[in-house]
This record gives sequence, C-alpha cells and structure tokens, in this order.
Amino acid sequence: MARTRIPELSRPDPERLLKQVQAEENKRWGARLKIFLGYSTGVGKSYRMLDEARRRHERGEDVVVGAVQDRQPEDVQVLLSKLESVPLLPAPEGQSLDMDAILRRHPQICVIDPLAARNPAGSRNAHRWEDVQELLRDGISVLTSVNLLHVEEYREKVQAITGKETSETIPKSFLLTADDIVIVDVPTDLCLSRLGEKLTATGISNTQERKLSELRELTLLLTAEVVDAQLESYVQTHGIEPVFGTQERFLVCITPSSNSLSMIESGRRNKERFQGELYVIYVRDPAASAEDVTKIDAYLDTAKEAGAVPEVLESDNPISAIVEFAYQKRITQIFVGHRSKETWRDKLLGDPVLRLIRSAEGIDVRVFPESTIL
Amino acid sequence: MSETGTCPRGSLKIYLGYAAGVGKTFQMLEEARSAKQRGVDIVIGYIEPHARPDTIAQALGLESIPCRAIEYRDRYFSEMDSDAVLRRKPQIAVVDELAHTNIPGSQRTKRWEDVQILLDAGIEVWTTMNVQHIESLNDQIWQITGIRVQETVPDWVVRQAAEIVAIDVTPEALLNRLKRGAIYKPEVVQKALSGFFKGANLVALRELTLRQAAHEVDHRQTAFDETTGFPVPRIANTRPDNQPDDQTQERILIHITAAASTAMLIRRGRRVADYLHADCIALVVQKRTPSERQRKESAVIEKHLRFARSLRIETRVIESDDSAEAVVEFARRNQITQIFVAHSRKRFSKLFLRGNLAESIVRRANDLQVTVVADRTRRQAF
Repeated sequence: MARTRIPELSRPDPERLLKQVQAEENKRWGARLKIFLGYSTGVGKSYRMLDEARRRHERGEDVVVGAVQDRQPEDVQVLLSKLESVPLLPAPEGQSLDMDAILRRHPQICVIDPLAARNPAGSRNAHRWEDVQELLRDGISVLTSVNLLHVEEYREKVQAITGKETSETIPKSFLLTADDIVIVDVPTDLCLSRLGEKLTATGISNTQERKLSELRELTLLLTAEVVDAQLESYVQTHGIEPVFGTQERFLVCITPSSNSLSMIESGRRNKERFQGELYVIYVRDPAASAEDVTKIDAYLDTAKEAGAVPEVLESDNPISAIVEFAYQKRITQIFVGHRSKETWRDKLLGDPVLRLIRSAEGIDVRVFPESTIL
Repeated sequence: MSETGTCPRGSLKIYLGYAAGVGKTFQMLEEARSAKQRGVDIVIGYIEPHARPDTIAQALGLESIPCRAIEYRDRYFSEMDSDAVLRRKPQIAVVDELAHTNIPGSQRTKRWEDVQILLDAGIEVWTTMNVQHIESLNDQIWQITGIRVQETVPDWVVRQAAEIVAIDVTPEALLNRLKRGAIYKPEVVQKALSGFFKGANLVALRELTLRQAAHEVDHRQTAFDETTGFPVPRIANTRPDNQPDDQTQERILIHITAAASTAMLIRRGRRVADYLHADCIALVVQKRTPSERQRKESAVIEKHLRFARSLRIETRVIESDDSAEAVVEFARRNQITQIFVAHSRKRFSKLFLRGNLAESIVRRANDLQVTVVADRTRRQAF
C-alpha cells in the first residue's frame, strides 16, 4: 500500500545543508577516521583496533603505529611487534605524537591509541584529537580508540557513576565526524576479570558490575546515535525516503482544551522507557484566546522540562501539518487528545482525530481521554 | 524466570548481531576457548560453519558433541543432538543460531526449544542471533528492509538471557567481508546484496541492534536494582528523581480479530508492554450467533490466540454482538489503561454494516487510551 504523499519532504533544511557541506569538507582526500569506542578500560579496544591494523597490514596496506598506551597486555604486545611504529616524542610533562615524523613517513593508515590526550605545552596542537584532524587533512587515515569517560559531554555522568575523573577529553562533535565508529562491547563480568577482578556469574551480580553496566548502556546509546546520524546522511545523499522505526520517536500534539499535561507526562515516560525522542507540537490557532495562548506557553515550558523538543507550527490545515511534521521527524507514535467540542469545521470534515488516524499511515496513533486524570 | 527443580536453571548468554558475518560465532568461540583455558567445562553443542574456514579453525581445540543426522526427503540434515548434550552434561554448551528451525522429524521444532531443555537441565548456554529474529521487531524489520523474517524467537526467550553482547562491526567492513567471499559462497553473494545487505538496511539494522542491546542492559539493571535496592542514581536514563516512574501500572488490552493485521497488532502490543513494564491481555469478542463467514474465521482467530499465548500474553474470549462496545466495557471492568486496535484501511470498509471497528472503539472509549496501531507495510519504490 503506497503512502499517499510525503508533503514537502524535499524542502531543504538549512542545518542539514550545512551538515552536508561539512561532511564534504571532511572527506579529506579519502582519508578516513575510524573510532573504537569502549565503556571502560579492559573491554579490549586496543586489541580489536590493532588486530584490524595487523589484518590491513597483511593485506598490503601501509600501516604505522603513531601512539600506544604505556602498559599493554601480552596479546596486544604481540600485535604491536608485527607493526611499524613511530615513537612518541618525550617532553618534560608528558608525550606527544611525533607529527613531523608521521607526516614525513606519510603512511596510508596511522594507529593512535588512545585518542584523548592533552599535548605537552609548546606542542603544535593543544589536544591529540587536533593532531588527528591534521593527519586526516593531510590524507592519512586514522584508527583510534576512546573511552566513554573521555567524551567531554559524558565526563560528568561517568564521574558520577564511577568517581573517576579526567581532564583529557574529546568533544562529542569530533566523534560525530568519524566515518566509522565501532563499539567494543563485552559483558561486564568479563571486563572486570580483565581488570584483575574475580570472575562472577554472568548477569549483573555486584555493585561494580552494576556501575559498569550503566556505562555500557550509555555507550551503546551513544553509538546508536552516531549510527543514526550516519543513517540520516545516507538517506540524504542517496535521496531515498527516510527509514522509520530504528528508534521510537513520540509526537505529542497539544491544544488548549486537551489533557495536554498528562499527555506530555506520558510522552516523557515513553521517551525514557524506549530511550527514544520526544517532540511536543502545537498548531497555532489564530482564533485562540489570550487565556489559551498563556496555557499553551505553559504547556510548552513543561514539555521542555520533560526533555521534549517543543515546536509551534503555522498552518491552516492542522492535520496535514502534523502528519508532515511526523514524516519529517520519522515519528513512530503520535499522541492526540479526544476532541470534546465539535466545531463547525469538524462537522464539515469529520472528527479530526479519526482524520488524523486515517492520514498518518505507517505511524501509531494513541488517543488520550479528554477528562483530566493525572 | 527461576524454575524450581532438582538443579538451578542454567544461565543464557546471547551474542547479538545484525547480519550474517558480523562475527557473532567468531567472538563466541574465542570466548569459549578462553573459558576452556581457564579450566571451564565447555563444549560445542552446535555451530553453523556456513563454510567459513577461520570460524571452524577456532572451533578446533574445543570438544564438540556430534550432531544428529535426520533424514528428510531422501537427504540428511544435521541438527543438534540435545540428548547427547544432556548426557555429556557440560558446565557450558555453545549452541549457534538460536533462531534456527529444525528439520521436520526433529524432536522439537525450534532450536530455542532445544536450548530450553539444556537450560532446564542446569547447563549454561551461549548462543547467537541477529536482531531481526526478535519476534516483536518483525514488522519494524519489514518496514525497514522490506523483508519478512520467517525464523523468529519469542521476546521472552531473549529476556531470559542473563547476558547480551552486542557484536558490532561497521557495515563497510561487513560488505568487504561479503565481497571477499568470507561470509557466503559466491553464488549467494548477489542475493545477499539485494536483501539485508542492500543500501541503508545494514545501517538501520545496526542501529536497532545497539538500541536493543542497550534496552536489554537497562532491563537487567532494573532487575538488579529491584532485588538489591541499588543506591546509586540512574544516570543513563536521566530519570529525574531516581524514583520508580510507574506509580500507575499500565495494563494493555489487545483486540484480536480475524484480520490479517492482528499478528502485527499482537507483536506491537507485546513490545510496548515490555518496554512499559505493563500487563498484557488479548481479547476476542465472539458473536452470539455467528454468521457463516464468522464461523469460517474462527480458525484464523484460534491461530491468533495461539500466537498471543506463544508470546506469553494472557487471552480471553467473550461473547457479544457489539464488538466495539464489548471491548470498551471489558477494558473498563478490567482496569485496562490502553486498548490496542488495528486500523483497517479498506476503502470499502464503510460499506460493511458494522463500519470501521477501530474507529468506533476510539469514539466510544473516550475515557481510555486507545492506540491505533499502524499498518507497517513498507512503502514501495526504492
């Protein structure tokens, strides 16, 4: 059954265009950035990354190791011994990449482990991730690894969970520029055993594991977010229709008369339970009273507090405005309130809720009672 | 989940991926080998080699229980010999491809049923599956890829797993493996490239896998917190005040009819109920004096009821000549908070005397939440 139409789907969104241009600039002469993301030390990022470096080397690609961690387990040392290295430059307060040597050597691929590091004073860049940008601009592909703890936007969260602190971070925006991102996911008990703890039964069995488990969840969701951005850019560049259903996205439609607060609250709960996204929209009614406008403003504030993206749409056809918005944002569930009063328009066109159900093809519609039960 | 018996139930570990070739079996075997080195009594109950030589090489060094050969239409097929695994009774059994359907003539229809037997006997099981085999995702997978997956595993089986590991690899690396012939034999590669391996499919499936794994991890945290009263605030979910957010227990009612969309409705209801930690009941309204057509439909309805029960949904059958009224009444009497209905898009539905059932339920249940579940038919054209 073909969806009737997707109105104005091709309308260029300035933000998207900008992203596309940036993506083009980031093409960097074919150099690619691949990031191995882990939720803790001990998940095996270095091994996984160096194993890929070894395979590429064996397939004839020109691979050089530009940075390694100080202490390495035996299996990682074995991999390192098979690869060419450019040693780090020593400095009084730390080490940095030997950028001149790497750029001179100019391999196809450079391995940088780890990505998050502050360069010593007097280095050409303050942070190692900026060195990586420079390598990419020069046409050198980079394989690198990072822990959730070292992503700036997650630093405080991780600290709250584990108590671990760091001053060496990379911005999440840099993570989003990666051509490839891979999560190195292992069960929490295995991770603990690699860190020298006693191996427990599978599943969460103690507080240590419980904390790691939360980091693991955050890391999986962060990776999913990056992958979703890739999916969207794939859809954009290939000009295909949006892909629905990889993530639950809720759209709450509020009006002054509907039971908006309980709908927003339900939206928040669903967003959390499904780890999804929440939008709250109002289609402006030119005939709305001052009292109604105040109400709506308060609802939109509540929506913002609930972690929703609030938006006001202008349209003289509310149903098609809602459906159009839903398709653009890849919504999977629309929340609407039962209509209490029938207007002249309803009499003419039929119950708006039923009309919405009929036109929102491919999207669940959840109809809320009008009575205020919070 | 815990069964009472002579021995504690074995725990289940699932390696979850998004396509053939992401490396589920490889990682499982690698971990099996390292367990073996630690002195764990671990054996291979079954692995699907898919003619992948390096995978087989991995398997060497591990004890393997010989398969059972089953004759079907003059050919022999290998299936796991569950009885032999039970007799051997290892600490851990490695059983590849949880979603596999056994060849007719096997003791049980599905491999996940074999796995239940092993778990019941106290054997820990490690297994693999792809996200697209999760029953409640079947329609979403169809919507995304245009492929109707036939071999599925009920969600409650996945939920049993003490541990779920996401096996992640970039779609690019996966496509390279495919083209190098490391996943399928050359004659199958072209077919794969026009199926799951096509276009945005891999990216979308990958995202689903990561989100499913995150959800499973989250669920296990909740279980741990509830049993131990874990003191640390939950940050991943940004629950504002660290208190259980369901003061109101949700109860979902799924209205089962003979319509083809009912299977989809059941899956969606099950999934939403799981995420909202809600009770889930399925209801059939039978006419007091059924017409000829309605009598014919009863076999279909029976099939839908069986399907609902297989997903561990409680089912009820009531009698009434006014379906919409009966559903709404039942919901009110049974503290239902949300009714799930499918919307028929037949243009001529208006011509039927009863009109559009979903719409009349929506109109009548103005004191309840009604979710009209979308027909997730994939749009044509790319």
